[in-house]
Amino acid sequence: MLEIKELRVNVEDKEILKGINLKVNAGEVHAIMGPNGSGKSTLASALAGRDYFDITHGKIFYEGKDLLELAPEDRAREGIFLGFQYPVEIPGVSMVNFLRTAINEMRKYRGDKPLPAGDFLKLMREKKKIVEIDSDLTNRSVNEGFSGGEKKKNEIFQMALLEPKLAILDETDSGLDIDALRVVANGVNNLRTPDNATIVITHYQRLLDYIIPDFVHVLYKGRIVKSGDKSLAKELEEHGYEWIKQEVDAEV
Amino acid sequence: MTDQEKILNEVTGSDYKFGFHTDIDTETIPKGLNKEVIRIISAKKEEPEWLTESRLKAFSHWQTLRMPEWAHLKIPEIDYQDIIYYAAPQQGAKYESMDEVDPELIDTFNRLGIPLEEQKQLAGVAIDAIMDSVSVKTTFQDTLADLGIIFCSFSEAVKNHPDLIKKYMGSVVPYTDNYFAALNSAVFSDGSFCFIPKGVRCPMELSTYFRINTANTGQFERTLIIAEDDSYVSYLEGCTAPMRDENQLHAAIVEIVAMENAEIKYSTVQNWYPGNKEGKGGIYNFVTKRGICKGDNSKISWTQVETGSAITWKYPSCILRGNNSVGEFYSVAVTNNYQQADTGTKMIHIGKNTRSTIISKGISAGKSQNSYRGLVKVLKGAENARNFSQCDSLLLGDQCGAHTFPCLEVDNKTAIVEHEATTSKIGEDQIFYCNQRGIDTGNAISLIVNGYAKEVLNKLPMEFAVEAQKLLAITLEGSVG
Repeated sequence: MLEIKELRVNVEDKEILKGINLKVNAGEVHAIMGPNGSGKSTLASALAGRDYFDITHGKIFYEGKDLLELAPEDRAREGIFLGFQYPVEIPGVSMVNFLRTAINEMRKYRGDKPLPAGDFLKLMREKKKIVEIDSDLTNRSVNEGFSGGEKKKNEIFQMALLEPKLAILDETDSGLDIDALRVVANGVNNLRTPDNATIVITHYQRLLDYIIPDFVHVLYKGRIVKSGDKSLAKELEEHGYEWIKQEVDAEV
Repeated sequence: MTDQEKILNEVTGSDYKFGFHTDIDTETIPKGLNKEVIRIISAKKEEPEWLTESRLKAFSHWQTLRMPEWAHLKIPEIDYQDIIYYAAPQQGAKYESMDEVDPELIDTFNRLGIPLEEQKQLAGVAIDAIMDSVSVKTTFQDTLADLGIIFCSFSEAVKNHPDLIKKYMGSVVPYTDNYFAALNSAVFSDGSFCFIPKGVRCPMELSTYFRINTANTGQFERTLIIAEDDSYVSYLEGCTAPMRDENQLHAAIVEIVAMENAEIKYSTVQNWYPGNKEGKGGIYNFVTKRGICKGDNSKISWTQVETGSAITWKYPSCILRGNNSVGEFYSVAVTNNYQQADTGTKMIHIGKNTRSTIISKGISAGKSQNSYRGLVKVLKGAENARNFSQCDSLLLGDQCGAHTFPCLEVDNKTAIVEHEATTSKIGEDQIFYCNQRGIDTGNAISLIVNGYAKEVLNKLPMEFAVEAQKLLAITLEGSVG
């Protein structure tokens, strides 16, 4: 589904990603872990098409297409979803209006007719249950006045509604209490199918108790320095990132 | 050019959709402004002597005045002798039936989305269509007359209801009020007149559509609305003009009077030609609009969506004389390219327990300048007066300007006056968030701008709220999506 080859990314002339290689197949869950400043969020943004940095080298293929050739909105329409670490507020724009526009733009891209209002509201009600979201929340403006937990739940709610092929969740667990964490994780698990894939970016192992990954990758200083199965996450939990840092830094 | 600049260039590089010119036989008088011209206008309209005299008096007064310079506007010098003060589609007078109306005219208004045939119109909207200096057609007059409502062109009102005109014309905006009011009082050509009798709730929206067509002409119309005790009316005006390289002048007067328990809702969707992307051409829009809440418990509400004109100078105001009367001003003003707008309101609290609300949303793009100017004045006797003002500015790009000039004069210590103001920019983060959900940048800006202006757009009559939303999108969006 997704193949990243030798990806190098600069932010203001500083190289943040220094040759990333990653392959994700349908039905898989990948966790990307790493200490602060290792380039996790940059990777997520690069996949979604954020343009404040330069991609200096490498290729990304998604479903056989050259992803770097696609505008951010077309990446979304092709089924890539980014769960934001810091979801932005858009005052005056109701969640309902926002999501209806989003869904209909995606349908238009696929050549489908807009979803009738009744069907859309029904779909919203259905998906709200998955993330146990307050029904009042969807009547408010996009993320405006939402608590940290509500914002993150709202991201998962949007993911449920938009049914992406590839979901990238950027530190979705940060700032969540244990209950919200469970809700978010359940949401993600419920949406898992053999046809879609998820990349979970996280700092802590905690989330991976709830979302069981097939693969765990450790990102450090702009490179994936270690990959393994879920036991690697456990190891990190017990020993921290220090031993990896030492291992890598010793090689240099 | 950065991506951000590219996006802004695209979204702000829109085209004006109503810039066509109708080729129709037009009767015009020679350019220039003097007593003779005023007499000609008055004679063409077959006016009574008192009105001719009143015009001449206004003209003499205007000659003593200088153009106001306090606004935050750069106004090039206007040669008042280089303007045609009267232009009318041939046949001049009003058409009795649709068969007599020139098909070109019907076509023109159709292209503007204003069908003149009653059966084709939006249900519940009566329209007075004005081209250049004359009213072309007023619809649904008979239906309204059954309720005692008078809705006609100003010229007809002068002929058929001279007492009402004599009593109310100039009672809210006297010709001495300001430079442009004096000019209008001297040379006004046509406009709309509405009279809602006691106890009647007008069952349909009344609407006037102004169209400037002829080159080198100015449009000077007057609107007068009177709502007697316990009556209600909702009124809407719209305006467009062809694209031309030279600037054209529009100086109107609107006077509204609300008696006891009466309510008047006045909505404007102003889309005069704003000039091209280099700032050439466009309408100078210098308008004096004022309403008086004469009776107790009366209410006047102004809602305006201003997207057009090269220069806008306009302050729809309320004089709250009746006790418990209410004044409201809801405004969205969008400026793009080289447009300049200096707009706002005056709320004059005279009666006890009077309340006013001001919500102003400015949106600036391109190299435009957008100013809010407001006065809240509470007089000594205005016990318990309340005002709430909120003035927000939204900037697109970094070459435009937003300014606020609020002024509060409070002479009664029981008054409570609140003022809030914010300035914000559409953030790249907001746009990217929308992009990531499959919404392209053009639609994202349209969504964000409409969300920002929602409080005001919600105040428009429903049929027009949708139009206004589209207009905002067109003004800012253009070639994108």
